[in-house]
Amino acid sequence: MKPDKLLIFAVSALAFLLLAAPVAVLLVNGVGSRAWEGLPDSATILAAALLSFASTLAVVCLAAILGTPLAYVLSRYEFKGKRLISLFIELPIVMPPAVAGLALLLTFGRRGAIGSFLADAGIIIPFSILAVILAQFFISAPFYIRSAQVGFSSISAEIEDAARVDGAYGWLMFWYITLPIAWRAMIAGMILSWARALGEFGATILFAGNLPGKTQTMPLLVYSVFERDINAAIWTGLILIVLALIALALSQWLARAQDKMD
Amino acid sequence: MRFRASLQLVIALFFGAAISGAQDKMAGSLTIYAATSLTDVFEAVGAAFVDAHPDVDILLNFANSAMLAAQIAAGAPADIFASANELQMDHVVESGRVDESEVEIFAHNRLTVIVPADNPGNIQTVEELSKQGLLLVLAAEGAPIRSYTDAMLASYNEDYGEDFSERVLRNLVSEERNVRQVVARVALGEADAGVVYQSDALGDVADQLITISVDERHNQLASYPIAPLYDAEAQDLAHAFIQFLRADEAKLIMAENGFCWPAILDKSRSTIAKPESNAAGADYGEEQVFNCEAATSEAG
Repeated sequence: MKPDKLLIFAVSALAFLLLAAPVAVLLVNGVGSRAWEGLPDSATILAAALLSFASTLAVVCLAAILGTPLAYVLSRYEFKGKRLISLFIELPIVMPPAVAGLALLLTFGRRGAIGSFLADAGIIIPFSILAVILAQFFISAPFYIRSAQVGFSSISAEIEDAARVDGAYGWLMFWYITLPIAWRAMIAGMILSWARALGEFGATILFAGNLPGKTQTMPLLVYSVFERDINAAIWTGLILIVLALIALALSQWLARAQDKMD
Repeated sequence: MRFRASLQLVIALFFGAAISGAQDKMAGSLTIYAATSLTDVFEAVGAAFVDAHPDVDILLNFANSAMLAAQIAAGAPADIFASANELQMDHVVESGRVDESEVEIFAHNRLTVIVPADNPGNIQTVEELSKQGLLLVLAAEGAPIRSYTDAMLASYNEDYGEDFSERVLRNLVSEERNVRQVVARVALGEADAGVVYQSDALGDVADQLITISVDERHNQLASYPIAPLYDAEAQDLAHAFIQFLRADEAKLIMAENGFCWPAILDKSRSTIAKPESNAAGADYGEEQVFNCEAATSEAG
């Protein structure tokens, strides 16, 4: 093998090792210490898994419904303050989640800027599943919006002009021209935001609190268990990893299936 | 010859001075892992210790005691561990990083119920914690404060009915990672009530809170064990710091922060029996008397 090729392979192997080793060690440790013996009762795990599944599903749907028009507007129209808006939308990606949780609490909390009006109407968001969804949405929706925006921007104006000549307007244009071209980027964005929502911890625990069966998602469960029994935390973490792996494999399979159709 | 002799003298003098200098001057860095409820008091005691020994650097790491015990058992580089209960100290002893004979109780604490200053849940007594629809926050299971809280609520069952503690826990809306987050939730007005150590209700947040006192008969006595780590890098510093906690200066700081100390550290004793329900974990030669009440009235 040529030296430069060797270097590339060596560095690649190192990068892979850095990413894969912690997961492998977790697995080996979990099996070695018979971690499943200290597992919290299955009802708690099931409740956390169901909550994680339901809330992230809601987040992805919400991101698609609210985020798609926003991404479309940002990719098609030029207006004053567009850069500033883009900056704000992407801010949650780099914002420390705990800060995001605090910001949400100060906005939608019982004493918050918006939350106090809701509280007067008898609606209290913190400590509810709605808070879980809001926290996850805040952190993860930007991933979808950004990806969809890139997808929409990749459609050249000529294609849309041609469609317009043929009489496609508004919804018709979006449905028959834009969507079929940009859908791959949109799905990729949805998976990315779903994965980010599934792992969300900091904003959730600050804004939604942590109560088994109500607001305790899988990452919160792992953390709570860790404070009692590190072995049990390993096993709970492995369950979360397996769930994420299944979903990732499914999405990759979907993408390949689409490739074949194309 | 003469020159050599005087040179030797100079060298001897120089090193002698250096050695005697090292004896009364402590230097280096000391890493302390301490329970969250010790945040204010250890920051103040640490500052006082550094005042006395300017070449010492103190690194404080505060978290839930159970978390710290897990980290120390996994090899975290600490010199001192101060836990909010004996159970977590036992875990560290079991892990072999602390010698059981070196563990001592250096402080005590009591429980109190806190509500936001505007009292949105309109709570005046502990009994009202069972009001339906109340937003109650407690620390997560595993944190010492939670064991004390559960014991306190169970003790109140005598007065308010067998299912009192169960009815209270039905109001639980969040299990926080540590006691400071319970305080923050209540101070922010997001929760109607929480149970914390009396020391946590003092300090910066005091004016955002109302405290509701817990009946002497049902209150719990939290005991804080401290120990140097067996493999501590700063062995001497660790022992010096623990010794410093017995000094009047440190005791005054503890009292100001709502803590009390075992009578073994104090000459003026008042007698209060240690409640039986606190017998969690091994007993590290704890005294039966302490001046908890004296400390709180001073601080209040």
